[in-house]
Amino acid sequence: MILSSNNISSHSKTDLHVLWSLQVFAVVAGSLLVLVIGFILRESWPALSRLGLTRLFTDPGWFPTEHSYQLTPIIGGTMLAACGSILLAAPLGILSALFCHFYAPPLLGKWYRHMIELLAGIPSVVFGFWGLVVLVPLVASWHPPGPSLLAGILILTLMILPTIMLITHSSIAQVPSAYIHSATALGLSRWAVIWHIVLPVSRIGMLTGVFLGLARALGETMAILMVCGNVVQLPSHLFDPIRTLTANIALEMAYALGHHRSVLFMSGLVLMGLVLCFVSVAEALRHKANHAIAK
Amino acid sequence: MLSPSNTIGETGATLMVWTAVTLIATPFLWLSGDLLWYGWHQLSINFVVSVPQNAGREGGIGPILVSTGLIMTVCMAVAMPIGLGTALFLSEYTQNDQVSGRLIRGSLDVLAGVPSIVFGLFGNAFFCQLLGLGFSILSGGLTLACMVLPILIRTVEESFRAIAQDQRLSAAALGISQRATIQHILLPAAIPGVLVGCILGLGRAMAETAALIFTSGYVDRMPTSLMDSGRALSIHIYDLAMNVAGGNSNAYTTALVLIGLLLIINLSASWITKKWTTLNQLPS
Repeated sequence: MILSSNNISSHSKTDLHVLWSLQVFAVVAGSLLVLVIGFILRESWPALSRLGLTRLFTDPGWFPTEHSYQLTPIIGGTMLAACGSILLAAPLGILSALFCHFYAPPLLGKWYRHMIELLAGIPSVVFGFWGLVVLVPLVASWHPPGPSLLAGILILTLMILPTIMLITHSSIAQVPSAYIHSATALGLSRWAVIWHIVLPVSRIGMLTGVFLGLARALGETMAILMVCGNVVQLPSHLFDPIRTLTANIALEMAYALGHHRSVLFMSGLVLMGLVLCFVSVAEALRHKANHAIAK
Repeated sequence: MLSPSNTIGETGATLMVWTAVTLIATPFLWLSGDLLWYGWHQLSINFVVSVPQNAGREGGIGPILVSTGLIMTVCMAVAMPIGLGTALFLSEYTQNDQVSGRLIRGSLDVLAGVPSIVFGLFGNAFFCQLLGLGFSILSGGLTLACMVLPILIRTVEESFRAIAQDQRLSAAALGISQRATIQHILLPAAIPGVLVGCILGLGRAMAETAALIFTSGYVDRMPTSLMDSGRALSIHIYDLAMNVAGGNSNAYTTALVLIGLLLIINLSASWITKKWTTLNQLPS
């Protein structure tokens, strides 16, 4: 790139104006993150300073009108839904990436990939609506009440599967074909090649996908709000309704005042912290994978 | 393609893979089939232009489409200049290892990972309350603009970086000012990439619900100004499904309209990309 300082031919006024205005835009874009974090912090400050973090775990329950703000069941529900969906989506996603590369006839594999891309493009509110109309009655007919942790896990699985599948797909595509050809020449069977060569070589890419999927599952709001029942409790089994952090914010922001509102912002802060942790792990892994390939 | 050999483990693995694929394909086909089956028969010009009646159970989605359009217009009108300017700054005035560039890029990457409901909280605190815009189309559009900036900047910056260095060097050798280089050489060459970035951002904004619930609000009347509260398509689906008994059939049709719009948006993005790459590959 031509740096302005190295560029002797252009020190005209207009060029400086261009540079300044571009810098202004860049500063605006760059400071947006600080602004977002700053405002969430500012709004949650009353709760942070007067109530403190410990009350989120020691209060008798979640009764905002009685100033009792225990978030344990809500955080538990969030974790259970996200982990459950990862347990389902990771194997399914990895198997479908393997399907595209090694099992499907070329045309079918291409179609299948397009289908997954379409799945990735469906808005979460549509997933939630379909879950509410189709999946919840289905779960209810198996075991009432219907809106439950299970319904949430199933919908989340559908939503994060494309992330895992597409990232695994591209990291499998980067496995040097010489590895696969030589293994085949040695007479290894298809599954042996996959198990001993393809999966170990592309494992970092797969992990990246899993962490990004986990981040997406934690931050997902609409679908989970619509199918999980939103009862504040630690579920004792898969068919119990739960409420997640995101759903809690979406449900109560409209009428929350004072400390209640501040606690909701604080739970947003907790949520953002969790999601950003997983995203940065994924970014670090991606970095590592790129370096491994560059070597 | 590798050849399968007939051991039990091999057959088991094949069976497992095909089962997984069936397990994923079934709900997808079910979902899209449902949307088409229950949504299609109601879809008409009349549905698209008429006013929702009886809390949305009857009537159409006219005002909701207008609100959605206005929210998207505000979003893109704000995000495009900022995104274009930042992308130009990042690609033309910073190198990969420079601190300012790395800071901006890093913060945008983190911003891209922030969950949408957190953007909703931010929008509510900043635009609705601090700036006093209230529940309005303007607040919703501005919140969405913050949300789509990372993806927009990333795509546009890549399209500027894809322009051959020769072009910048020849312009500099001819003594053309940087402003003119940007205006007459870089921008025309990067137009398809800029378009794709904007289209992708638009798609992400249109699919969004959580960030809009408490920024642009629920009101389903025809908006008369940007300060009015306006209901986006996605919120209409949410409201019909959760709060209105008997709203399902209109929710299906609205979902079909939303997905149709998103499909058009994404297809046009990939069409432009394809067209662009074939154009670039022509011998010049």
